[in-house]
Amino acid sequence: MPPQIVVENLVKTYRIAERAPGLWGSVKGLVSRRYREVRALDGISFSIGAGELVGYIGPNGAGKSTTVKALSGILVPDSGRCEVRGRVPWRQRVEHVAEIGVVFGQRTQLWWDLPVVESFELLRDIYRVPLARYRSASHELIGLLDLEPLLDVPVRQLSLGQRMRCDLAAALLHEPPVLFLDEPTIGLDAVSKLAVRDFIRQLSRGRGVTVILTTHDMDDFEALCDRVIVIASGRVLCDGSLADLRARVSRERWLTVDLADDEEVSDPQATVVRREGHRLCLGFDPLEVSPAELIARITARHAVRDLFVENPPIETIVARLYAATEPANAPEETVCAE
Amino acid sequence: MNELGLYFRYIGVSIRGQLQYRVSFVLYALGHGLITFVEFLGILALFHRFGQLRGWTLPETAVFYGIANMTMAISDAFARGFDVFGNMVKAGDFDRLLVRPRSTVVQLMGQELTLRRVGRFAQGAAVLAWGLHSLHLAWSLATAILLIDAVAGGVCLLTGIWVLQATSAFWTTESLEVWNAFTYGGAFMSQYPVTIYRPWFRQFFTFVIPLACVNYFPVLAILHREDPLGSPEAFQWLAPLAGVAFLMVALQVWKFGVRRYRSTGS
Amino acid sequence: MRGMKPYLAIFSARFRMMLQYRAAAIAGLWTQIFFGMVMIMTYEAFYHSTHQPEPMSFAQLASYVWLGQAFLALLPWNADLEVTAMVRSGAVAYELCRPIDLYNLWFMRAMAWRTAPTVLRVVPMTLLAMFGLPLIGLGAWRLHPPTPAGGAAFAGAMICAVLLSSAITTLLNIILIWTISANGPVVMLIALVTLFSGMVIPLPLFPDWSQPILMALPFAGLVDLPYRIYVGKIAPGGVPDVMLRQLLWTAALVLLGRWLLKRGMRRVVVQGG
Repeated sequence: MPPQIVVENLVKTYRIAERAPGLWGSVKGLVSRRYREVRALDGISFSIGAGELVGYIGPNGAGKSTTVKALSGILVPDSGRCEVRGRVPWRQRVEHVAEIGVVFGQRTQLWWDLPVVESFELLRDIYRVPLARYRSASHELIGLLDLEPLLDVPVRQLSLGQRMRCDLAAALLHEPPVLFLDEPTIGLDAVSKLAVRDFIRQLSRGRGVTVILTTHDMDDFEALCDRVIVIASGRVLCDGSLADLRARVSRERWLTVDLADDEEVSDPQATVVRREGHRLCLGFDPLEVSPAELIARITARHAVRDLFVENPPIETIVARLYAATEPANAPEETVCAE
Repeated sequence: MNELGLYFRYIGVSIRGQLQYRVSFVLYALGHGLITFVEFLGILALFHRFGQLRGWTLPETAVFYGIANMTMAISDAFARGFDVFGNMVKAGDFDRLLVRPRSTVVQLMGQELTLRRVGRFAQGAAVLAWGLHSLHLAWSLATAILLIDAVAGGVCLLTGIWVLQATSAFWTTESLEVWNAFTYGGAFMSQYPVTIYRPWFRQFFTFVIPLACVNYFPVLAILHREDPLGSPEAFQWLAPLAGVAFLMVALQVWKFGVRRYRSTGS
Repeated sequence: MRGMKPYLAIFSARFRMMLQYRAAAIAGLWTQIFFGMVMIMTYEAFYHSTHQPEPMSFAQLASYVWLGQAFLALLPWNADLEVTAMVRSGAVAYELCRPIDLYNLWFMRAMAWRTAPTVLRVVPMTLLAMFGLPLIGLGAWRLHPPTPAGGAAFAGAMICAVLLSSAITTLLNIILIWTISANGPVVMLIALVTLFSGMVIPLPLFPDWSQPILMALPFAGLVDLPYRIYVGKIAPGGVPDVMLRQLLWTAALVLLGRWLLKRGMRRVVVQGG
């Protein structure tokens, strides 16, 4: 099947006016302006098939929101090719936008003073959803996201978690095949985060909605994304599965032990990554020493209450990836897997 | 639902929101009416002292005043979304409108219909009625058509100025106040027949921002008065179309502004 | 004088904060020039139609109009919304816990609220109206410089006008504590203040029978009386009388404001608002 979203060599440069400070600076600014050029997108390429759930991560200023804006049709890039479901987003804005859903994490698209259900109905009219389909879609969404008690509450009275669930439903009322989520779990409490993640997972696996998720929350990633695209400074650093990402950056695994006594621990084939009182974290390369072997050695020499082996958290992986490419001397666009 | 239907849907939502505070709304509308009416009290005092204004009498001026205020009230109520657009661009909320499969103009116009402007409308209408009555002008179909003609043209023109103001927000959100000279200032100067002003002022407001075309000329026809400037009656009837043309041009400039916004990013 | 320190600090902080709004001030300048020109043209047209002696000469009228634009922000045409929001949200509890008098606090805030935007506009407006207009051939419309005595007396009267305006602004803020529906009546009050201060048209141009009434009201001291001192319609001898009026009215409005505030705060505290 042909890919649903195709992005090829997108380039976008912003010109930011430099303002001199103070009153004299403002007056000077009226006469002559100096501009700084920022390359937000420096040749981004990827393609996404229908039904994929892709995580799009990068440090602040990497170009994540710029990519989402271009894919939504809001922003016109300087050069490069982009097609979503066969359309160029910014050329056919109205047709394109009718088939996508967008959720911006910190800003709601619902009407502040209206009860939630009235916002939904207004959106139904905006997106021209036939009544029968609206009824079934909203019924299902309200059930899945547990929105029944919130329907008559004005949006301004909702908590952040409640608002996010409503925003998710609102973005899907017109049953778009493609969904862009920009930081959907930011600021949410633990319960809401889980609910949102469950919902997104269901959308992707159960209903085949293509989802692009940008986030800083690495737990979101590990929980949801089969595929991860890492971008920094406007370029794609890595594009593949989570396992590929780990493998590319480091094979390292971590052994965490809870010691009975507060004592020094060392091993020739492991490095101490972290220490907090009785809890110690050792990093090792599984190709050099197997986990079983390392465990045997440590427990032989020290009294250990508890232990477990895990992968380094994704934050560490990603941070290492950024650091590795920091001296940004043309890091080639890399693909981790086919 | 087509664009017009959507617009009415939006307006219904806005009106219901404002009417939630019924008592407060009525008092506020009254207050707004009074604060705009004090202008006419000033005009009354001036005519009481001076008797006439370059050949124009108080009742005639009342007609100009009435139409200017009615036009301003309607435009101010309708174009509010454009008036506050600077804040929307600053907050980055315009993207929200672009992500919807609808015209940005309809969405902005539908943002709010500021009902309390009815205060200004009511006092303008009252002054107009008094003026026509004092001139012993009978109500006729022609008068009614001219009134609607003038007010409709004026609403188009003022809305067009607000559209231009909003468009300028794409370039800078700092100095949007400059446009107030043409919107509120324009309404202010339309209270009087445009012949009382200096020629260069009058010409600007006839040919560049045609406020005279949507007020002065049609009112001449209503008053059955010879134009000191010598315009034919046919022109007086058709002049408000200049307001419509102005709005069309403004909307094209808006489209250009949106295109530029989308190319340069926020 | 030590007791004044916290109040001066409050005034200075607010003042500096409001000076930030520079770009808007410049944009507003243009709008005010426009309004000023329209008003002067209107008077020009009225004066053209008459041949009797008038209460004020055209030159005096033009100066009056420009003074009005230059000092526009001094008029109590709006209340400090932050204050009313504070009361409604209950944040005013913080203020009540501080060892300063609440009325004085609000008065200082009002004074900064009125004077800071004025300072931003007065100088450029005056320069443009006094020297800019003759440069483009509209010298007849200019703001004429005052006589030295007139200028000094004007300065004194304007200081009293600032106090009077601050007292009225504080009173408006206090009224707004009571109910959200007070917005309407407050706007109506502002309409009357605008009319009776001389901002719509100078008070001497109102009918002769109305003059005693207008002089009896407090609002003439905000705009009309000081401006008449400037243009010379009120001789320096009449200045002490003007300033006394302004100060007496200020005192009366301050007392009224304090009384209303005490009653209003009692209500707010009782409601736990």
